[in-house]
Amino acid sequence: MINLEFIINTISLGSLYAMLALGLVIIYGILRLVNFAYGELIMIGGYTMYLLTGFTPLPWLIVAVLAVAAAMFTSLFTELVAFRPVREKSLTAMLITSFAVSTLLQNAALLLISPRAKGVTLPQIFQTSVTIAGTDIPWRNILTIITCAATLILLLLLLRHTVLGIALRAAADNFTMTRILGVPANTVISAAFAISGIMAGIVSIFWIGRSATVTPTLGAPPLLVAFVATVIGGMRSLTGAVVGGFVYAILISLLGLFLPPELIEFREAFMFAIVIIILLFRPEGLIRSKTSVERVG
Amino acid sequence: MSLATRLKPYATPITLALGLLVLAGLTDLIQITLLIRIVTVMFTSLILVLGLQLYMGNSGILSFAHIGFMGIGAYTSVLFSMTPAAKELSIPDIYPILLPLHLPFWPSVLVGALVAAFIAAFISYPLMRLSDAAAVITTFAVLVIIHVVLVHWGPVTNGPRTVFGIDNYTQLWTSTIVAVIIVFAVYFFKESRIGLRLRATRDDAYAAASIGINMVVMRWLAFIISAFIAGVGGGLWAHFITSFSPYAFYLTETFVVLAMLVIGGPYSVSGAVVGTVVVTFARELLRAIENYINILQVFPEGFFGFTEVVLAIVLILILIYRPSGIMGSREVGWPQWRRRKDDGEANNKLQEA
Repeated sequence: MINLEFIINTISLGSLYAMLALGLVIIYGILRLVNFAYGELIMIGGYTMYLLTGFTPLPWLIVAVLAVAAAMFTSLFTELVAFRPVREKSLTAMLITSFAVSTLLQNAALLLISPRAKGVTLPQIFQTSVTIAGTDIPWRNILTIITCAATLILLLLLLRHTVLGIALRAAADNFTMTRILGVPANTVISAAFAISGIMAGIVSIFWIGRSATVTPTLGAPPLLVAFVATVIGGMRSLTGAVVGGFVYAILISLLGLFLPPELIEFREAFMFAIVIIILLFRPEGLIRSKTSVERVG
Repeated sequence: MSLATRLKPYATPITLALGLLVLAGLTDLIQITLLIRIVTVMFTSLILVLGLQLYMGNSGILSFAHIGFMGIGAYTSVLFSMTPAAKELSIPDIYPILLPLHLPFWPSVLVGALVAAFIAAFISYPLMRLSDAAAVITTFAVLVIIHVVLVHWGPVTNGPRTVFGIDNYTQLWTSTIVAVIIVFAVYFFKESRIGLRLRATRDDAYAAASIGINMVVMRWLAFIISAFIAGVGGGLWAHFITSFSPYAFYLTETFVVLAMLVIGGPYSVSGAVVGTVVVTFARELLRAIENYINILQVFPEGFFGFTEVVLAIVLILILIYRPSGIMGSREVGWPQWRRRKDDGEANNKLQEA
């Protein structure tokens, strides 16, 4: 039951989910936008890998970097074209915009590539395992943990020690005040979307590493995961996002272990019921943010 | 006093109803099977959009859950309207207790809508305290939960498989008449005490609370009524389509209904009607182009998704350039009064917020 394999698997899932949640929260913190198009960035990363591995002789590492870049540029582009013009309007307008962008990207993939699933050629390391203390641990999981840890550390350094990072954190705390103090709004928001895109791009490598196929609707499951993880951790806190990602991974693994088989199909419903309960009793999530005004009544 | 003056308070629903009846009448006269199909489905969509407008337009809160309630209405009404023999054939694993349930068409739709409203009432009360993003995520969570349950509850919904063999009860005039009734209902709700109070909470929650309006209860009532309407829409739709699976009630459908409401204008009943009509016909036109290109086989992988891409672009453009939709917060009235000024009510609410 709970052995080394289970633990490594949960940590690897947790670090992946933590990255997912971070990409969503970094935008939410600044704009109050729940970006429904976030999942589609992962799909874009996946299709980039499909096109580059299938039709070019590029080495795999470069393909992976280009996939991350593609997700980042898509993220920046959607911000510039769709979110920036509606930013000053209302939350509802921005939410519907993100829903429309999500549908747009999904159907663009349907239109331009194919409705059918496409196989992505993965390097050998994604299929092999290593034996540690008598259990087979897939390299994929170890790679996930290492990459995610490295990314999180880099992000932490960026947020702590650069002007941009400080501006981002200040904007997440109080965007109006940050703007009054002379931080250009567009730069901060673009940076947030770029980071969000990079997170989605990195996640896409490992997400597709599990299934080795990419479809136009690939983005929905990771988006749902990110939603739940951010709500658990706290919509306004970056630490909360990481905590939420790990808590989600632990919860879903435990539900998988202990839920009776006839209820296992309803696992997602349980997770979303947890979301509703958390939003009701602790709307600020596990990790409180300094400024949190979300509910009236 | 002339009749027109006496009917002035009802000018909007009467004008809308006349427009819809003329549309249905013309469709009936022309007698093209495809057009009748399109218009019948349009009226069932209209019922849904009106239900959503009732909640979203008056409370100002986006809801993703309504397509879920449509699904509940559809499945429940079908479980009642099908004969036991047909049910046994269509849903092989059905609970034996559900088999003998059998009601005529209208009571079945009513039961479906009541079940949707009941479930909405049960789960939504605590959610009504939430605003903004939290409210949106929770209604989205409700949609996901309903979807997961519909897909996996085999003995009731036949799981992810299609339920078939439903009798076709919904005709062109069935959905027309119900849609017209609901136009009146939604308009009167908007102008009712509850509707006015709810719109007050939308415009300023604190000011509304300070004059003694209980926002949570107002939102809750609107949510239940709108879930009921969505349930009616689901029931009618199910008895027109006659075979469907749970995937009909998820994000794609949510997108279409939201697009109809937002393009038309979420803050008025007229907006809901105009948006539904415009988007339905635009969609059918795009769909026809898409099918035509598919028949030509220009693209080896097929030409799918074109309709949704165009619709999404239009929706984004509307949100950028005309965020309160085609109608804004205006309602249609008698033709000669159309030029009267907006009575200051939440015009361009999206912009000022």
